[in-house]
Amino acid sequence: MTALLETKSLTIRFGGLTAVDSFNLSINEGDLFGLIGPNGAGKTTVFNMLTGVYLPTEGTAQFDGQLINGKNPVQVARLGISRTFQNIRLFDELSVLENAMTGAHQHARLTVWESLFRLPRHYKEEARQRERAYELLAFMGLDDRAGLTAKQLPYGHRRKLEIARALATEPRLICLDEPAAGMNTGEKSELSALIRKIRDELNVTVLVIEHDMKLVMGICEKVQVLDYGETIALGTPREVQNDPKVIEAYLGGD
Amino acid sequence: MRRSLATLLVALAICAGMNLFLAQFIEEYVVQVINMVGVSIILAVSLNVINGLTGQFSLGHAGFMAIGAYVSAFFTTDLSYFNPDTAEYVTDPALVSSVWGYLGALIAGGVAAAVAGVLVGIPTLRLKGDYLAIATLGFGEIVRILITNFEKVGGANGLSGVPQFQIVLSGEGKDALALDGTFFIFSFVIICVLLSAQLQRSTFGRALIAVRENELAAEVMGIPTVRMKIFAFVYGAFFAGIAGGLFAHLLQTVTPASFTFMKSVEVVVMLVLGGLGSMTGAIVGAIVLTVLPEALRDVEQEADLPGIRMVVYSLVLILLMIFRPQGIFGQRELSLRLLRRLVPGRRISGDETPKPSEDRKGTEL
Repeated sequence: MTALLETKSLTIRFGGLTAVDSFNLSINEGDLFGLIGPNGAGKTTVFNMLTGVYLPTEGTAQFDGQLINGKNPVQVARLGISRTFQNIRLFDELSVLENAMTGAHQHARLTVWESLFRLPRHYKEEARQRERAYELLAFMGLDDRAGLTAKQLPYGHRRKLEIARALATEPRLICLDEPAAGMNTGEKSELSALIRKIRDELNVTVLVIEHDMKLVMGICEKVQVLDYGETIALGTPREVQNDPKVIEAYLGGD
Repeated sequence: MRRSLATLLVALAICAGMNLFLAQFIEEYVVQVINMVGVSIILAVSLNVINGLTGQFSLGHAGFMAIGAYVSAFFTTDLSYFNPDTAEYVTDPALVSSVWGYLGALIAGGVAAAVAGVLVGIPTLRLKGDYLAIATLGFGEIVRILITNFEKVGGANGLSGVPQFQIVLSGEGKDALALDGTFFIFSFVIICVLLSAQLQRSTFGRALIAVRENELAAEVMGIPTVRMKIFAFVYGAFFAGIAGGLFAHLLQTVTPASFTFMKSVEVVVMLVLGGLGSMTGAIVGAIVLTVLPEALRDVEQEADLPGIRMVVYSLVLILLMIFRPQGIFGQRELSLRLLRRLVPGRRISGDETPKPSEDRKGTEL
């Protein structure tokens, strides 16, 4: 079976600094994959390369057999990769519902003329987007807040809304960048359940970057550990947890 | 579609009625100010799509307006110019002389401005914030200077003798019952406002706002940000061009001096006053800032304080920016729902949001 997402010696340099060095990753359809590592390990940089935000200096990234490095974020989104951001990037002045609806914009099959002149397809599209957005908001437990503006939401809900918006693009792979950052224990366990539900019920492959070891170990089936841009361990949570190199990276060695 | 068409027809009928009423009962000067208000509304609402919705700070609106004004006047006006070969003044008769020709000329002006919008859009949209503002400002100045040096349309003196058109309903000569400038201007106001409202409340409107709110997130959601920005420029430029054409035929002269950088700033100030991003705010801003200087002109004469007009005008703006920097409306729209919320005793909570099956259209304005 070929991997859904596969990178081969993906490298990016900013001037003299090699942020990520020869990064290999292989994720199969249906995986719940964790990418962990200490601060500054290059996890977010990997995400940025996968979603077309950064152009890798070397190496390749393939999604479903198609080369994706060199594609821009819009093209990557069309192929079916979506993501959230570590520092939440919602459309603050739009409502919760509208935020989710923008995720569905890329699947709109209508021209701007049809919207300007209110032709039948405009209404069909609006209904489709609204329905899908409501489904996903309900899935994330936000449907009762659909009418609020995004900036009115409390922090934990903003994270969830970002996930709902990403899901509205109908991705095959969703990349979550530190989804539990800043959440309390209760919110974290709720989020863990939701992430598992995304994979199990929506059949979306999940790639999580996370700081919180407990969360990653609890939900991920495969974990890869990154330190200073290099992979230092790969395996099941249990294997990785006992790896001496990982312990050294996290706790510091002598 | 049917609903918008019905709205449009009713609105056009109201325009016609207003036109006849004003021509009959109101003094000409006041009618002129009202017509200018109409032109300002088109300018402000169209610029709001670029600056307000999409968040691309453009200072080039006077340039688009100038293109529309000159292109439409070029078709409708007898052009007199000096021919250096024969050393004589020659006059080319106007290309169009009917009302339909006038409408065609206006549309041509809008299209020419829209084409300019694409041409400006493509190179400048890599720029953001201040840099974009400077580049669009430069565009406006380039247009003005090109026109100044284009002798066929009068150069620095501009074009005079731009005709006015009317649709005669009954009668003849001076007593004829006719639809004139007011009708044309406010018909386009209605079209511009209606289309802009429908744009704003569509998937494309949300995409434009997404670009403003967070460009990177918009891109990652698969919204083609560059295309959306160019679209905003084209849309805004088209209506600025139409406004320019209406302006030219209202004043019956066009000079490059009408389209300086200050004109662009004036439109931006209308937006900021009303609330950047709010279409109803843009309309209110356009009305206030067009009427205020004229109203103050009277005050100036009566109080015998020449120059006080600009002092008050500036003061109003300064006070507004101190006490309400987000503008009169902020980013809100004046809608039936907002009005309902202002009625005491009723509170709108989250559960009043329409459910998917409900129809949300048509609550605006």
